[in-house]
Amino acid sequence: MSKKYELRLYVAGKTLKSTTALSNLKKYCEEHLKGQYVIEVIDLLEHPQLAEGDQILAIPTLVKKVPEPVRKIIGDLSNKEKVLVGLDIRTKD
Amino acid sequence: MSKYTALKKEANKLTTLPKTPTGINGLDEITLGGFPKGRPTLICGGAGCGKTLFSLEFIVKGVTDYNEPGVFIAFEEKAHELAMNVTSLGFDLEKLQKDKKIKIDYIHVDKSEIEETGEYDLSGLFIRLGHAIDSIGAKRVVLDTIENLFSGLDNEGILRAELRRLFQFLKDKGVTAIITGEKGEKTLTRKGLEEYVSDCVIFLDHRVINQISTRRLRIIKYRGSLHGTNEYPFLIDEEGISVLPVTSLKLDKPVATSIIKSGIPSLDQMFSLGGFYKGSSILVSGTAGTGKTSIAASFVNAACSRKEKSLYFAFEESPSQIIRNMSSVGLDLQKHVDKGLLKFYAARPTLYGLEMHLVAIHKAIQKFKPDVIVLDPITNLITVGSFSDVKSMLVRLIDFLQESQITVMFTALTLNSIINEQTDDGVSSLVDSWLCIKDIEFNGERNRGLYVMKTRGMKHSNQVREFVITNKGLDLIDVYIGPEGVLTGSAREAQVLLEETGMVLHSNALGRKDRELLRKRKVLEAKIESLKTEFESTEEELNKVYIEEDIKREVITKTRKQMTQFRSGNYQKPDQANPKEE
Repeated sequence: MSKKYELRLYVAGKTLKSTTALSNLKKYCEEHLKGQYVIEVIDLLEHPQLAEGDQILAIPTLVKKVPEPVRKIIGDLSNKEKVLVGLDIRTKD
Repeated sequence: MSKYTALKKEANKLTTLPKTPTGINGLDEITLGGFPKGRPTLICGGAGCGKTLFSLEFIVKGVTDYNEPGVFIAFEEKAHELAMNVTSLGFDLEKLQKDKKIKIDYIHVDKSEIEETGEYDLSGLFIRLGHAIDSIGAKRVVLDTIENLFSGLDNEGILRAELRRLFQFLKDKGVTAIITGEKGEKTLTRKGLEEYVSDCVIFLDHRVINQISTRRLRIIKYRGSLHGTNEYPFLIDEEGISVLPVTSLKLDKPVATSIIKSGIPSLDQMFSLGGFYKGSSILVSGTAGTGKTSIAASFVNAACSRKEKSLYFAFEESPSQIIRNMSSVGLDLQKHVDKGLLKFYAARPTLYGLEMHLVAIHKAIQKFKPDVIVLDPITNLITVGSFSDVKSMLVRLIDFLQESQITVMFTALTLNSIINEQTDDGVSSLVDSWLCIKDIEFNGERNRGLYVMKTRGMKHSNQVREFVITNKGLDLIDVYIGPEGVLTGSAREAQVLLEETGMVLHSNALGRKDRELLRKRKVLEAKIESLKTEFESTEEELNKVYIEEDIKREVITKTRKQMTQFRSGNYQKPDQANPKEE
């Protein structure tokens, strides 16, 4: 696996959902994408203007910019299977 | 409009609900001031009913008329698409965005891109909305159409909770918001948005009846405020939306006592006050080709010559056609058009529904502010509505015109069938004056007879006048009433000629009699003269006898005296007796 994953996690302050999402994301990445990923956490409370660019509605939202296609995963990422499918790490059965 | 201000005053006493004027033509009158300030309003309706335009105009007018910046959150169209759609209405969204008066934010929800796992909320939307509002200090917000969220996100439970929070968020922000929603099967909106927006709900409708579409608007609910409850037609044209509250509630119109001339002096003479009341309504009815349009045109011509503005609604002929045709009867309407005193508004009746015609007429009148208007002919409107529809439309139109003190002349075509006589009757109860032109068919020709059916508030002639159209204009002539009845046209002319001939003959006969008399007099006078001479000679004759008699008697007396003297022998001095005898 030589693909480089650029992941952005949009949050709004340090809410329970945000922290859950971030810890879930880190866990999955360590398991499946060790060394191939970059996670950028954007707090919209600090940078509200950034919400427009990635069409963010829901919080938390994980955006996979690279590799294509662009995917968005919303929620606290508690469903591991869905997250892995969403990130194209695992194909849908 | 007076009645609305009156209602408004009443409303202000009862409630202190502050309102945000929408700036949409006519809507603020129905809502008595606009939408509830600082609260969300729901606008719902089917596809293509004008929801987006409505809400966009709310934002644009907010900026241009009330200096209130606005945010437009579009879930359906991109900002530049929106801008393009409304440039035809003269809204320059690009410029307004550059001036930081309007912010258009396009929110795109694509189900294929989104995967949902676990709990989430819509803080992202709130943050965007909050940021947009704060960045330009917006007072107005539109969410068009928020239901799109439901197609992009699966978890309806979360969505509903978040929508509730969203409306609370908007209220907390103190912005006046419009939320649009697509009409559902049985509910006002597909996703039941009305349960979140409880302050004001407006329903837009686009109905097609007899192949003619009419847009209508109704305020379903407006908490804490009085409002008009009817369905109001509205019009989308090059100036945006116009809603006109066309149903009047009261009969308390001002009346004028001044008189307006008809443009036909002989017609004015048929009225005791020499014309129509200003602000009254006049119906001219007649069969085809009786000169209704000519009367209307000369009415307009007279008004324009008095420097009054006139608006001519033509439902049958094009303006240039009317101008050309009227120049043949000596009416130059073009010069009034050039001076800007006369304006034509021509539309096919089938262009849109009756209500829309009414709205369009209202708009044209409010824009041009005429003193006199003509509707030619109203009967053509029946093609787009039933008779009762036309009547109710005209009631409202007359109502509006009376309020604005505009004199109106309608023309109505009557056929000689019974149905259309009823049409006359129906409309005639509304109008103040009714002129009727009838064909008089006699002696192998048709002529026009005009009479005044009614005039409210003044006496009028009860005579049928012959209505003639010449190339110098229109005129009314007294019909000839002879032993054979009413005569018109060439029969009247013939009768007049006949009478003239009679006069000549008569005067000739009189002359002859005069001369005869003169001659008789002369003869008689001559006779008298001769008799006089005769008498003189007779008199002389008679006188001669008298003298002779006298002389004779004298002589006899003298002789007798002498004889006596002789016989008696007495001597008498000669001077005592008869000196002549000496």
